[in-house]
Amino acid sequence: MTRTTQWLYAWLLLLPSMALLVLFTHYPVIANLWHSFLSTPKGSRPAVWVGTDNYAQLAEDPIFWQALSNNLWYALGTIPVSIALALLMAAWVHGKVAGRGFLRLAYFTPTVLPMIAVANIWLFFYTPEYGLLEQVTKGMGFASHNWLGSKSTALVCLMVVTIWKEAGFFMVFYLAALQSMSPHLAEAAAIEGASRWTFFRRVTFPLLMPVTLFVLVNAVINAFRLVDHIVVMTRGGPDNATALLLYYIYEIGFRFWDSAYAAALTMVLLAILGLAALLQFLVLERRTHYQ
Amino acid sequence: MTHVYDSTGWVRGLETVAAWLLGFLWVLPLLYAFWTAFHPAEFSTRLALDAPLTLENFVKAWHAAPFARYFINTVILVTMVLAAQLVLVTLAAYAFARFEFPGRGVLFALVLVQLMIMPDVLIVENYRTMTFLGIKDTILAIGLPYMASAFGIFLLRQTFKTIPRELDEAARVEGCSPLQVLWRVYVPLARPTYLAYALVSVSYHWNNFLWPLIITNSVESRPVTVGLQVFASTDQGIDWSIITAATLLTTAPLLVGFLLFQRQFVASFMRAGIR
Repeated sequence: MTRTTQWLYAWLLLLPSMALLVLFTHYPVIANLWHSFLSTPKGSRPAVWVGTDNYAQLAEDPIFWQALSNNLWYALGTIPVSIALALLMAAWVHGKVAGRGFLRLAYFTPTVLPMIAVANIWLFFYTPEYGLLEQVTKGMGFASHNWLGSKSTALVCLMVVTIWKEAGFFMVFYLAALQSMSPHLAEAAAIEGASRWTFFRRVTFPLLMPVTLFVLVNAVINAFRLVDHIVVMTRGGPDNATALLLYYIYEIGFRFWDSAYAAALTMVLLAILGLAALLQFLVLERRTHYQ
Repeated sequence: MTHVYDSTGWVRGLETVAAWLLGFLWVLPLLYAFWTAFHPAEFSTRLALDAPLTLENFVKAWHAAPFARYFINTVILVTMVLAAQLVLVTLAAYAFARFEFPGRGVLFALVLVQLMIMPDVLIVENYRTMTFLGIKDTILAIGLPYMASAFGIFLLRQTFKTIPRELDEAARVEGCSPLQVLWRVYVPLARPTYLAYALVSVSYHWNNFLWPLIITNSVESRPVTVGLQVFASTDQGIDWSIITAATLLTTAPLLVGFLLFQRQFVASFMRAGIR
């Protein structure tokens, strides 16, 4: 094959994938930027250039700021706990705990269930008066509390669902890494007299760093990408206490049909995801050479 | 397999208890759902050992909404997306793994963009595009944005790169064209990766919700996740037994598949995560 035919061949192989990627990933990003500078067309009035009006509206929109801060708290609340639990689960399931086959199954099962189904089950779990949670707390003598209906607890309740759903997923990646680790490391460390904790802190954990990074990036993306449970459990309420950024975009775009403002909001979400990508790129470049 | 740093004595006992406690907490919501779904409504909030078992909730749920149609839609969606993904991903991964051409680095970077910015967050623009294409409220519209998969291309490219070039060259000496080499050498050797990718893809699209919710509007195109939500939110007189039965119903194929093939499932997710 000559060089030019080889080029042609490669480009043709790529063509279908690239065409779809451009149409549904690259073009939407650019079109979204463009539309965020236009107004929403209404009836016979077409969209007109409004400059940064949508962004000005955004800066003064208290619900946007609340959704953003909710989302940051949500990420901060779910990510470290899921990762820590995942590591713990992986260590247990990797070790010689009795019944580890069953435990692995128990930890992992939430991962394969649809978020929408999970949310329905948990919705019932949290139901005032009848839900299992209420029955347990009432049995212990606490006063009745509307877990999803009060501003102080609703977001935390959703965080619990997310942690429950995600920890087992992340566990799998840690488990894979632990299983591929050489047992000689532990033997050598034991000969040197390192304690169990020292071994974990100085050997295991640093070796798991690439996995932690991978999981971390995935968790960040998920924290901003997955709002299925919000739709089912709270619809952003009470009083926007559980509105996450993507859910707010969905409301603005598909319940109020304000596509221009939704485009401006989407730009914020894209900026956050871009930042995560950049961070991953910079950190990965520097940190994973010892692998 | 024994490890030097396995816990011993009382620490071990403590860890076993903790591990089981966590495991119990993890299956509790599911057990609760099963309890509610398989018992008459009056026992849904009362745990009594002598509560009679019943399948009536499932029968009621099945007749209360067109779940059969929803299931068919989901199966069509998942099959269509997977079939398209397998073909597109194979071709693209082959190009990136074994061809030299101008623009390779840039194009690969452009592919990787989708790992961060998934179609899930581009709902506003993709809705506009589907309206423009005139395919709103179709199963095709649900699947189309996901058919080119950066994750799949990346995964398969890694696998293709580990296949020795000698095999490739030997096949070419025999007179195979590049596509024949792909089909006879690369695809068979990458079978475990395909299995892993297929399981991840099927469970992702079976479970996907927000985009299908936005783009579909009729029984004929709704997948089962959206159908469940429509059922649970519009059927008043919140009968938790029936809602829970419907929830388990829609999840059952995936859950049964997972329980039967759990080893492959876990291994697949592991394989998909190691890059």
